[in-house]
Amino acid sequence: MTLTYAGASGGGVTAVQGLDLNVERGAFAAVVGPSGCGKSTLMKLATGLVRPTAGRIAVDEAAVEGPVKIAGMAFQNANLLPWRTIRDNVLLPLEIVEPHRRRFRRNKAEYAERADRLLALVGLDGFAERFPWELSGGMQQRTSLCRALIHEPALLMLDEPFAALDAFTREELWCVLRDLWARIGFTVVLVTHDLREAAFLADTVHVMSARPGRIVASRAIDLPRPRELDVCFEPEFVDIVHDLRSRISEVRQ
Amino acid sequence: MTPASFLERTAPFAFTLGLFVFWEAVCQIFGVNPIILPAPSAIVEATVTHWKPLLRHSGATMWTTLAGFAIAVAFGVVLGMIVGWSRAIYRGLYPVMVGFNSIPKVAVVPILVIWFGIGEIPAILTAFLISFFPIVVNVATGLATTEPELEDVLRALGARKLDIILKVGIPRAQPYFYGSLKVAITLAFVGSVVSETIAANSGIGYLMSVAGTNFQMPLVFAGLIALAIEGIAMYALFAFIEMRTTRWAFRSSFAAGG
Repeated sequence: MTLTYAGASGGGVTAVQGLDLNVERGAFAAVVGPSGCGKSTLMKLATGLVRPTAGRIAVDEAAVEGPVKIAGMAFQNANLLPWRTIRDNVLLPLEIVEPHRRRFRRNKAEYAERADRLLALVGLDGFAERFPWELSGGMQQRTSLCRALIHEPALLMLDEPFAALDAFTREELWCVLRDLWARIGFTVVLVTHDLREAAFLADTVHVMSARPGRIVASRAIDLPRPRELDVCFEPEFVDIVHDLRSRISEVRQ
Repeated sequence: MTPASFLERTAPFAFTLGLFVFWEAVCQIFGVNPIILPAPSAIVEATVTHWKPLLRHSGATMWTTLAGFAIAVAFGVVLGMIVGWSRAIYRGLYPVMVGFNSIPKVAVVPILVIWFGIGEIPAILTAFLISFFPIVVNVATGLATTEPELEDVLRALGARKLDIILKVGIPRAQPYFYGSLKVAITLAFVGSVVSETIAANSGIGYLMSVAGTNFQMPLVFAGLIALAIEGIAMYALFAFIEMRTTRWAFRSSFAAGG
């Protein structure tokens, strides 16, 4: 999978310029940077929601011309629909995306089972019939991850998905995401401002600068997998985080 | 919700009863002229004597109100969806609608009478004209305030505008819609009574204006109370429908999400 952007501008302000980013198929890439550095623009470009004014974006070798359909997205807010049960929330993408859309009504039971399996995978066994307001923030975010993955996307785009959670829940969800990724093997682009999160989860961390947004440094994280949370306290890990931090403060000067 | 205490449950009835007792007492003690303010006992008496015309005219008012309201719902939902669909239409129509809404509908009744003559139709149309606005605004708001991130999620999957409206917009607009019905039905009621008072041959508004010119003040007040009862009944009906249809909206705060 190749994502290459030469530049893009939106509404008079150049949000992203000269941004080159390659993510291998099945890789876990994290993008970190100061706020307002065009991380969200990057998300929208990669999924085809925004067309670049210059340059080329390719997913799976094919140029992105419109919504890519093979991407799953999750954001800081779970954005669940309060009138749908957890299961029906997870099933929402299947009602939209082809070929499931056409088959959905007839094979509802089969799809429901699939949603339940995915929910079990993130530790939400037996919550399928509940409504979003009955769940905690962390559980809602798990549901949101399931919704992003139900149509088996090749690419998962995450925009600060854990930013609104408390520290413990966040670490729990790191592990959930780590396990899902290890198990299913999709490509991930994780946009975050949490350096520990980026270092813990990703293969490669890309540092972005602000206005115009571009990748100023890429660092491979060669910590062995599977990584346990304890790795966060090892000197190697701490060095990586320090290194990333100093690069971001350089960018902010 | 904790079960309401006995005091809380009986309070609405106790206060209403208390108001009438106070009213009666004031009339008796100060010997208020019944032409100015009839005592509740006199109103009850008038109601009992004239129950037949009261019932007939209440029915007429109810009919014109509901007819106007029904047109308002159909029209309001369609227009609200059009307005909520696109920002351009929203911007284009908004000043027109606000301008139209700020015209006192009393001023429109004479025009309607010239067009359609005295009778039911001006009353129905006044009820419609006065009550469609809140429905339009609420439906449009419900549609237009879909979370942009959720829209992104669906658009990235290749959802068309229609998909987003059907899957997210319409369910999301429902609490707004049912909430607006409560407001609209009371407004429709005001509209039909105003029109009946000015130009009609039936309805509580007509009955009251006739009784007023004959100085039958207890009957005028009986008409007022009939209006109040009808108004409360219709409000309660739509508040109940609102509660039943969109229970999820009362449990969760919108936009909380996380």
